[in-house]
Amino acid sequence: MPRPGFVLDVDRSTPPTLFWRGEGFSLEKLPADRSRIIYPPEPLAPLADVDGAIRHALLNPLDSDPLPALLFPGMKLTIAFDDASLSLPKMRTPDTRQRIIEAVLDLAAEAGVDDVHLIAALGLHRRMHEYELRHVLGDRIFDAFHPRGQLYQHDAEDPDNLAVIGTTDHGEVLEINKRAAESDLIVYANVNQVAMDGGWKSTVTGLASYRCLSYHHNGETLQQTRSLMDRHHSALHHSIWRMGKLMRDHGPRIFTVETTLNTDTFPSSFEFLSKREWEWNARDRATYLATAKSLQYAPTKVARKIFHGIEAPYRTTSVQAGHTDAVHEQTLKHVYAQQLVEVEGQTDILTLGIPFISPYNPESIMNPILVMCMGLGYLFNMYRGKPLVREGGVIIMTHPTYREFHPVHHPSYIDFFEQVLPDTTDPVEMGKKWEKKYAEDEWYRHLYRTSYAYHGVHPFYAWYWGAHGQQHAGKVIIVGGDPPTVRRLGFTPASTMDDAFEIASDVVGRSPSITHLHVPAVLVADVK
Amino acid sequence: MRALQIDRKLSRFAAARIAGAINPGAGAAVGPLELADIDAPSLPGPGWTTIRPRLSGICGSDLSTIDGVASRYFEPIVSFPFVPGHEVVADHELDGRARRVVLEPVLGCVARSIDPVCDSCARGDLGNCERIAFGALEPGLQSGFCCDTGGGWGTSMVAHESQLHEIPESMSDEDAVLVEPAACAIHGALRAEPEDGHLIVVIGAGTLGLLTIAALRHFAPGCRIVAAARYPLQTRTAREFGADTVCTSDELPRVIRSLTGSMAYGNQLTGGCHTVVDCVGNDASIAQSLAIVKPRGRVVLVGMPGKVKLELTTLWHRETHLVGAYAYGTETLPDASRRRTFDLAIELAGSARLGGLLSQTYPLSEYRDAIEHAASAGRRGAVKIAFDLRGEKRR
Repeated sequence: MPRPGFVLDVDRSTPPTLFWRGEGFSLEKLPADRSRIIYPPEPLAPLADVDGAIRHALLNPLDSDPLPALLFPGMKLTIAFDDASLSLPKMRTPDTRQRIIEAVLDLAAEAGVDDVHLIAALGLHRRMHEYELRHVLGDRIFDAFHPRGQLYQHDAEDPDNLAVIGTTDHGEVLEINKRAAESDLIVYANVNQVAMDGGWKSTVTGLASYRCLSYHHNGETLQQTRSLMDRHHSALHHSIWRMGKLMRDHGPRIFTVETTLNTDTFPSSFEFLSKREWEWNARDRATYLATAKSLQYAPTKVARKIFHGIEAPYRTTSVQAGHTDAVHEQTLKHVYAQQLVEVEGQTDILTLGIPFISPYNPESIMNPILVMCMGLGYLFNMYRGKPLVREGGVIIMTHPTYREFHPVHHPSYIDFFEQVLPDTTDPVEMGKKWEKKYAEDEWYRHLYRTSYAYHGVHPFYAWYWGAHGQQHAGKVIIVGGDPPTVRRLGFTPASTMDDAFEIASDVVGRSPSITHLHVPAVLVADVK
Repeated sequence: MRALQIDRKLSRFAAARIAGAINPGAGAAVGPLELADIDAPSLPGPGWTTIRPRLSGICGSDLSTIDGVASRYFEPIVSFPFVPGHEVVADHELDGRARRVVLEPVLGCVARSIDPVCDSCARGDLGNCERIAFGALEPGLQSGFCCDTGGGWGTSMVAHESQLHEIPESMSDEDAVLVEPAACAIHGALRAEPEDGHLIVVIGAGTLGLLTIAALRHFAPGCRIVAAARYPLQTRTAREFGADTVCTSDELPRVIRSLTGSMAYGNQLTGGCHTVVDCVGNDASIAQSLAIVKPRGRVVLVGMPGKVKLELTTLWHRETHLVGAYAYGTETLPDASRRRTFDLAIELAGSARLGGLLSQTYPLSEYRDAIEHAASAGRRGAVKIAFDLRGEKRR
């Protein structure tokens, strides 16, 4: 029986706590009697028969006819699937998406459907490399569909392959992939790792155009998204759900398949990362020391290669299929069952260890903008109810925050760092002043469409993701980051955690309450 | 008189070339440069006068000579032994009145007593003099490279009256010693033919690069300037002198691509900036200039290039104008007026307080340290190094 998450009050006997620091980690001693550590629940028990559960879900969907009843010869069937931003780290094969799509294809074949297209719903993310597609879909699907041009990636900048579904009552234009829009049925294969994802977000962002995304991916909306993990209090999700309603009423029929994962994130060689520190045995301590020292002396490139090479032993905890709204409500229950931890009250200081990866740098570099996005966007937003840190409090993050960018994946991020951030770190102002230039830059557009670059506007989106956290925090400190780079982000550099507490005392006084969000694994704090 | 002198000693040049290749500026210790007591130069003819250098700068062309890497192109237009030093502020006595002057070192037709003067000199374009190795003087493209004139690295030298420009009393020696390189920079900046709205890139932020930025900002305030700098002091000073954007040369293609909304193939931009002023002048900087300038754009070589290896297909394909910019003479300003470059440089040196670029001065006796410092100026957080002769014994 997995243990639930819990909140540990730090006392003098509490051992130092693990903090991620990019491609490494450190152990930090938090002040006794005024610090607490939120530990995630242990991984839930997985489904015993995932393939059986998928088939069962397809045949017994929620608020929908069974999938076979929706399939008929001569129809246009489009199967869309989540891109390489899920899961993190990438899961061991066979990927859940492969299992779902193979089951759907079996049913389609039985029904005599032969016009089937598979589309990676990557929105404005970078295109997936062939090896990533093979990892997600398996060789059999890739080899059957890719050579025939029936497996491809959504292109949000291809004017000939976009179609407008309509306009919401808020004036938002829903424009999506034309093949999907003209299909008799879209089956969406989802891997749900956090509550932010899934639901209508899968189709109306993953298959959308820049124009469509810009209605909700902007500074104002993200400032009112409280939080990303609580869709009922998220302006972003409200906009997306309005578009979803439009899709339901005027778009193609959608059959959503969502799956949830447990938090069994690391293989046995990194097992200590998922354990509570006082439960570390001699082997864990030795592994930690050996790993931490090796990583400290290894070139960053080597450390990066090691971490990005990890294949997570995630296991599937639920499968639900059918109508998007009904499916997603079930999915959220499963996600919260795995991730929710009840927490009493807010804190003066929130500490966050920033890992090597975010949704926007699979197989890539965690550049400074993504550090901001991961800290103030994702980890800060891991709450329901109230933020973990009080308004005007301090957020302390640990990460090397090197001034390094992947030139192929993140070309516009480099210009954003050099050109936009020196001008402003205000998400609303940068949106007004700079976003259009980046969004319409022909070169970025070319690289997004033909290479492996995130869309030119994507660094803005990454920055907007942290808009609520940025607005909420009185000060943000990065421990161990490159000082000029940290300052460019608008944050304060500190060399040690003690220095960071000293710096924070200007804002929160000398005896602040401190809360550490223990990552891994993923958790959502239900703050009362 | 006391002076640093360069003689034609091939073995010393060879030694300097080896030493300089290992450690820039090391040619001063083993090469042809020597500190010596020599006879003061005699007046070559009417119109010539004696001046006594106060400060004399160390220029990149001096360093390449000392390290034995100067182009052999110069061999017919220098004469040995010569006293280097052509960035000179000096004391001069005119009709019994003491004054300070800066030297315009180009030795054109007038200084060479050639009459009638060549077409270039007639136009006032002294830098383009067509009789540079002829006339009453031994060959020498400038004072500081001619055996008849002496140079600024000695306590005394001779100059033709036409080469002297009196400086105002309010101007410091430190500002004044930057007048000659400022004149080079102004000439280069105006060879860029800047217009309002032009995007102009300056590659290199040593003395010439920084002065070019200052000149562009002063004489073409409507252009946008992007500078490629390497060291923190250079970056800071480039901004102070008016660069709108400063980046490293590695970042330059990306910055220009972004500013111009250009596409790219490989390292080559499809569009690019209007003009590049290359103040470095090596293979890499010229190649980069050609890669980031727009079709039919202009690349101005202010830095002396010497022998380089270049892929010129891009120049051919994109019809790029590759132009040199040497020295000075008379400039046509954007308002079509014609003024002597040195007058403009004196104006700029006073208004922009260029003396701030003078990082350190040395007495002649410490010439090896001075040369080494000048050769590694950027890395050591310096810009311009000069000899200070104000404390030297004048015999």
